Amino acid sequence: MSIWEYANPKKFLHTSERVLPSLWVASAALIVGGLIWGFFFTPDDYRQGSTVKIIYLHVPAALMAINAWFMMLLASLIWVIRRHHVSALAAKAAAPVGIIMTLIALITGAIWGQPMWGTWWAWDPRLTSFLVLFLFYLGYIALWEAIDNPDTAADLTSILCLVGSVFAVLSRYAVNFWNQGLHQGASLSLDKEENVADVFAFPLYTCMAGFILFFIALVLYRTGTEIRARRMKALIARERMSDA
Amino acid sequence: MPDLGKYADTVLSAYAASLLLLALLLVVTLWRGARVRSELKSVEKRIRGNG
Repeated sequence: MSIWEYANPKKFLHTSERVLPSLWVASAALIVGGLIWGFFFTPDDYRQGSTVKIIYLHVPAALMAINAWFMMLLASLIWVIRRHHVSALAAKAAAPVGIIMTLIALITGAIWGQPMWGTWWAWDPRLTSFLVLFLFYLGYIALWEAIDNPDTAADLTSILCLVGSVFAVLSRYAVNFWNQGLHQGASLSLDKEENVADVFAFPLYTCMAGFILFFIALVLYRTGTEIRARRMKALIARERMSDA
Repeated sequence: MPDLGKYADTVLSAYAASLLLLALLLVVTLWRGARVRSELKSVEKRIRGNG
């Protein structure tokens, strides 16, 4: 069995409808479980107090904001190279999910930053690259809506996605590149010294797993919707042609 | 409810904003999905009816 079988819209719809119920349940269980664990059953941080509880939303949202863009990049490259419509529609379907994740990361970051840094916003490398990533998401969604021909829209948004990937990378590694600004380094790292304490890390891993599954479920569902909307447009166009 | 101390407003507003956005995303996604599905069904029915 090859992964390219899922380029067939019927096969994609059939498979995604089979896995979606389990994905919805697993993602809801992990997100709700992780948030309850983190909110009710973890201690305050000795420096940040109870604001540390924001980590269970801020970090998973930021993780998905960046990785949603990489998923869109991969899907866009598949479109450009192999011209599979389902992959172009998957990229289109992922963008609104990515922009909401970026917005959550920006909002929770600002709310968290105010008491910790004394400001809602600073032109820090990571914050700025995240804001630019948000603008790229806006531009990407607007470009899909602005172009009538779906193949042209897929081509142009793929190019935009490729360019925007620079900022997705910067959003992740800005702290390491410039080594300045207010935002600290990664909360989770292979280096034990840099890592958050286990008591915070385990509920955080649970929330991250939940956000990843939630993202996959949303993208599969939304891609199915895009496939059906495309089929509906084609049927209506064919009907009009036969009427004329 | 845990004692959030002087940061209660900060933590609760971050949770409220995030959960609201996640709920909005889910509702809009499911609503549009259901709408497109039913519209497609009616178009397919109409086309089949027209022969």
